[in-house]
Amino acid sequence: MRGIMDYSFIVENTPLYLEAALLTIKIAACGIVGSFVVGIVCCLIRELKIPLLSPLVQVYIELSRNTPLLIQLFFLYFGLPKLGIVWSSEACGIIGLIFLGGSYMAEGFRTGIDNVPKIQRESAYSLGLTGTQTFWKIILPQAIATSVPVFCANSIFLLKETSVFSAVALADLMYVTKDLIGLYYKTDEALLMLVIAYLIILLPLSLISTWIERRVRYAGYGNTGTL
Amino acid sequence: MKQVILETAGLTKSFDKGNAVLNKIDFSIHQGEVVVIVGPSGCGKSTFLRCLNLLEEADSGEILLEGKLINQEKKNVHKYREQIGMVFQSYELFPHKNVIDNVCLAPLLVQKRNKDEVKEEALKLLKRVGLLEKAESYPRQLSGGQKQRVAIVRALMMHPKVLLLDEITAALDPEMVREVLQVVLELAKEGMTMVIVTHEMEFARAVADRVIFLDRGEILEEEKPEEFFTCPRTERAKKFLNTFHYE
Ligand SMILES: Nc1ncnc2c1ncn2[C@@H]1O[C@H](COP(=O)(O)OP(=O)(O)OP(=O)(O)O)[C@@H](O)[C@H]1O
Ligand SMILES: [Mg+2]
Repeated sequence: MRGIMDYSFIVENTPLYLEAALLTIKIAACGIVGSFVVGIVCCLIRELKIPLLSPLVQVYIELSRNTPLLIQLFFLYFGLPKLGIVWSSEACGIIGLIFLGGSYMAEGFRTGIDNVPKIQRESAYSLGLTGTQTFWKIILPQAIATSVPVFCANSIFLLKETSVFSAVALADLMYVTKDLIGLYYKTDEALLMLVIAYLIILLPLSLISTWIERRVRYAGYGNTGTL
Repeated sequence: MKQVILETAGLTKSFDKGNAVLNKIDFSIHQGEVVVIVGPSGCGKSTFLRCLNLLEEADSGEILLEGKLINQEKKNVHKYREQIGMVFQSYELFPHKNVIDNVCLAPLLVQKRNKDEVKEEALKLLKRVGLLEKAESYPRQLSGGQKQRVAIVRALMMHPKVLLLDEITAALDPEMVREVLQVVLELAKEGMTMVIVTHEMEFARAVADRVIFLDRGEILEEEKPEEFFTCPRTERAKKFLNTFHYE
């Protein structure tokens, strides 16, 4: 009976999807927060030109941005155990996401810093602020404000990337879907539920970020343009 | 004669190996004096002020603040800048802080002064420039003229020994120019030491104790405003002043 959905199948398997969705959200949340922290730390290291760490950060960012998440996950999950480092698949997912997201956040953050006009720095200097004081009190707050849209976009990007995690045997949404299709051949139903589950997660996130962006823009942070 | 506040000797500056933007400038300003610098666009006025404030590094020559050489060591630049106030054409208030935080930031952070005392002084100065009711506003809520008055207050809060003003009304609508220049005229009357770059010739004439005509990085004339504006000695100064006349 192709073309007609089996609704009882959908109802029956909803709890399974719910559980998977919660796992997806949990991993994404940890990953996003972690990425944010890693991003800021990397950016600070580069901005303050800390020796040794600074080139290391550069290598990390290149590596992270130029390899697909799937490869990174395979390396974490299958490669590292051979070197004696064993992760749970959940830890693996979160670390993989942070590894990927950290560099994106760092780059977004750097753009924010670069967007603060040079003369703002000079204005602070002319009041006698030191370079460090200027960075913390004047540049950083403005950079964070202007980077908000980038952070939001990155968060949504990272959430979507969690779909790759089923590859490392993590019972996330994608995994459950593939599992159900394999078991019962209810492809349409399983895929429909997958799409809906992602929509339910992503839509609020997208709305929240739009709201934050609008608020930040209203606050007029970062735009130093004349009236 | 009163004490010399700021002084340069043989100050030279060029960008990317080009011609000298400033060519061996000898300059000095005394306590309570107001020096106005005029000259055609691109002659080096802003660069000169930025050198005085160590925002730009001079190629050679000396800058002395109350007789102390300040442009040789890198380490204490912020200590010297703290004593030299600067107001920019584009205001450069900090957009993420409200007016009162803008003007109190440096006295608290840099000079580590008492919070109540700083705030009290800030409110007093804001009241003087007619912006008391804007203390809690953010820069984006202010007009250009209001922003510039806040910027002046912010510089004054540091009790600078000398104030550098770089075309502070150039970005303003004509009807806002007066409210800002009025503040500067009052400061001059109170004996504030100032180096002013401006294209407002009427104002220059009213406020200056001495006028410097800068052209192609050199001081061509230096005299009392009455003399400079009525009978400039050089052809180039005459030509420059003529650009402000319409027949
Ligand atoms: N950062 C810089 N790099 C290269 N050249 C510069 C730089 N800043 C200024 N210049 C050049 O130095 C010269 C003097 O510039 P300056 O801004 O001091 O002129 P000004 O007298 O203030 O002009 P205006 O009246 O237009 O403000 C100009 O030719 C300018 O192009
Ligand atoms: Mg200029």
